[in-house]
Amino acid sequence: MSFQPVHFYQTGTFTVGNRLLSAEERSVQANVERTNSLNSGHRACQGCGEALGARYAIDAAMNAARGRLIAANATGCLEVFSTPYPETSWQIPWIHSLFGNTAAIGTGIAAAIKVKRQKGQMDDVRVVAQGGDGGTTDIGFGCLSGMFERNDDVLYICYDNGGYMNTGVQRSSATPPAARTATTMPVGPEPGNVFGQGKFVPAIAMAHEIPYVATATVADLRDLEYKVTKAMGLRGARYIHILVPCPLGWGAASQDTIKLARLAKETGIFPVFEAEHGEVTGVLKIRRPQPVEEYLKLQKRYAHLFGKKPAVETIARLQAAADKNIRKYGLLDQEAN
Amino acid sequence: MDKPFAITLDPGSSLANRTGSWRTSRPVYLDRLPPCNKQCPAGEDIQGWLFHAESGDYESAWRHLTKDNPFPAIMGRVCYHTCEGACNRGQLDAPVGINSVERFLGDEALKRGWKLTPPTSESGKHVLIVGAGPSGMSAAYHLRRLGHRVTVQEAGPLLGGMMRFGIPKYRLPREVLEAEMQRVVDLGVTVKLGSKVENILATMQDGGFDAAFLAVGAHIGKRAMIPAGDAAKIIDAISLLRSMEGEEKPLLGRRVVVYGGGNTAIDVARTAKRMGAEPLIVYRRTREKMPAHDFEVEEALQEGIMVKWLSTIKQAHESSLTIEKMALDSKGFPQPTGEYETIEADSLVLALGQDVDLGLLEGVPGLEVSDGVVQVNANMMTGHAGIFAGGDMVPAERNVTVAIGHGKKAARNIDAWLRGEEYVAPPKHEVASFENLNTWYYADAPKTVRPMLDIIRRQSTFEEVQGGLDENNALFEARRCLSCGNCFECDNCYGVCPDNAVIKLGPGKRFEFNYDYCKGCGMCVAECPCGAIKMEAEEI
Repeated sequence: MSFQPVHFYQTGTFTVGNRLLSAEERSVQANVERTNSLNSGHRACQGCGEALGARYAIDAAMNAARGRLIAANATGCLEVFSTPYPETSWQIPWIHSLFGNTAAIGTGIAAAIKVKRQKGQMDDVRVVAQGGDGGTTDIGFGCLSGMFERNDDVLYICYDNGGYMNTGVQRSSATPPAARTATTMPVGPEPGNVFGQGKFVPAIAMAHEIPYVATATVADLRDLEYKVTKAMGLRGARYIHILVPCPLGWGAASQDTIKLARLAKETGIFPVFEAEHGEVTGVLKIRRPQPVEEYLKLQKRYAHLFGKKPAVETIARLQAAADKNIRKYGLLDQEAN
Repeated sequence: MDKPFAITLDPGSSLANRTGSWRTSRPVYLDRLPPCNKQCPAGEDIQGWLFHAESGDYESAWRHLTKDNPFPAIMGRVCYHTCEGACNRGQLDAPVGINSVERFLGDEALKRGWKLTPPTSESGKHVLIVGAGPSGMSAAYHLRRLGHRVTVQEAGPLLGGMMRFGIPKYRLPREVLEAEMQRVVDLGVTVKLGSKVENILATMQDGGFDAAFLAVGAHIGKRAMIPAGDAAKIIDAISLLRSMEGEEKPLLGRRVVVYGGGNTAIDVARTAKRMGAEPLIVYRRTREKMPAHDFEVEEALQEGIMVKWLSTIKQAHESSLTIEKMALDSKGFPQPTGEYETIEADSLVLALGQDVDLGLLEGVPGLEVSDGVVQVNANMMTGHAGIFAGGDMVPAERNVTVAIGHGKKAARNIDAWLRGEEYVAPPKHEVASFENLNTWYYADAPKTVRPMLDIIRRQSTFEEVQGGLDENNALFEARRCLSCGNCFECDNCYGVCPDNAVIKLGPGKRFEFNYDYCKGCGMCVAECPCGAIKMEAEEI
């Protein structure tokens, strides 16, 4: 049973809060008692999707774990902007790992808690390991796969902004095709990232047949909170992959962060779904279908596609990839058509 | 030094880092003027009362509404609801059914016996109101609430003016009209029925009035020069509608011809149909050019009323009329064609507009009349100090809602004038346009259609044609409101701020920005559904 949006009451569950909904139907973010896990004063850029996504996810996890949570954090934007020693924005127990081993750190914390609980020395504490796409899909991938394979009791959250943004926008294996970075072809017939490389880690996580895998975006808060809460209600290895637009690396206006995440989902470029033990069990349907250009043209990393001579073939290939997602995951409501 | 190995500093909070200094522009909350409110001739805060109705608090909604207009049950039936034409939701799916929610609130108030709020203090001033129509009774209500003594003098035998003598009861049931009029009277308004003011200055002097508001309406049916035989039965529309309110119903015969193309012509034809006649409307132009509201024409046609377009009446005989066919010229004006025909008619009703009876104003110094109506300034005052006027007798569109608006505006100005001041309306907010909204956040919801009386009963009885909404669909309809330009506390700004720089102040208190940490990314503005935040350049 996937997230069931409330469709009426003026804005239903589309908005963060809603005075017309009963208290238990409201979001964690609407509550003044929310943890604010990632507090004000952090050094993320204006309109940072990752800062927003991290607060959304960790507040929901704190809510589900009743405040008993430890987070391990890979090196990357999220760590750098939140914790320039000795200051930190984190208002939860939080540890900074190496770039590549945060899944293993999470495993270790979970193991330590397990031993302490067996000895009767402490009550339950839940573990989250988190990192960006660089720390997850590239550098930390071995540790992550191991954590999945051993089914360690850790929720791993990847904040995917499609590149190494903190160090100057280098390509990662999550950088989408045709997007320009500092380390992709700057000029020539086909600038930007190549087609057919990289990897979609949610699908790889599913291949490990772990209890729970989900994707989410910062544009659908209620869906994101539902998925984090559901994951926190399960034991074993769990993986949530959150799309977090990056105004700096994507060359987008700071106020368009949520709009871009919404367009990524509505165009089919980023499928939003959940899977249990390797099988897709629910998808967040597209509400107002849009062509991929609507998403691409707001970002300077795709500006070369919209020059004097638009790169219609490249745009068509990106549209085909989105259409494939729509087909594969059943993102369009057949009844609505 | 009792810190763990390799630790030399205590952990500090990032709150020390005031990221607000990065900002080049800042978000600010504002209220914009919703297009419905801007459009309303009675100056209702529609978005404001819908906000209360959305949460099911109908009494607060009604109290908010009646601050501007004391007659929601009447409005919910006879107002032409131009607000719905302006509604931003119309660009999304269909406009909010404002009029049907207003009627629901009005009916709910009558059912529950809610009373209007009485004045808290008395000013000692006494205001004369001439005419107990929508404008006069609206002014009476507002002046009374401002603490003035009010006496309404009405020439007719009953309260309501044109709402009673011009609007048929299948559109406005009389018990609804009575109840909303009485509620104003219950505030302590003195009413003198059947007491025509012959001379305004004399009446004011005799009664010791400090000011007067004239709202006598336009009750004299216009005549057309139609050569007629002695036996031809010709009657004007207003006299006909008025006599429907008396004991003796008018005798029209079977074949009734109504001459004119306005709402009154439609009202007369539909009334005649209900009395068993076969009405025929004769109008000199086409349906597109008809001044009557399209929905009224449509309802009349549904009821089987025939219309003869592009025709003028040249002559009336005992049981027939001579008609000349017309043709529109290149400018859209009807021109005679010289083709004639004869149609049977037992009576002819002229619905060609109405004039104002200005007899009571004779000899008033300074007062200016032109085009048969009294001229007033922006404060609704005539050329004679202390005498104000509104409704159909001043230059404006003639309908109930405009008249009620005049009553309110005049009351505010009279109140100020009595204190030796001039009323200054508060500045208007900028309009909330469709472009200010982020409509992603609103649930898809089609408009609720009000039930209509079945056609047989519409052709033979005076029962109300249009039904009301029940509580469930009234609530649904209220919740379709987009709350354009006015915060409805959806928490989006509070949620979407990556810097946690929005402070939620609690229910009804809205939000505040924490400018110490706001970096000015503008996400709150982009994601505010209703356009209640804007960015302003920072002074650097």
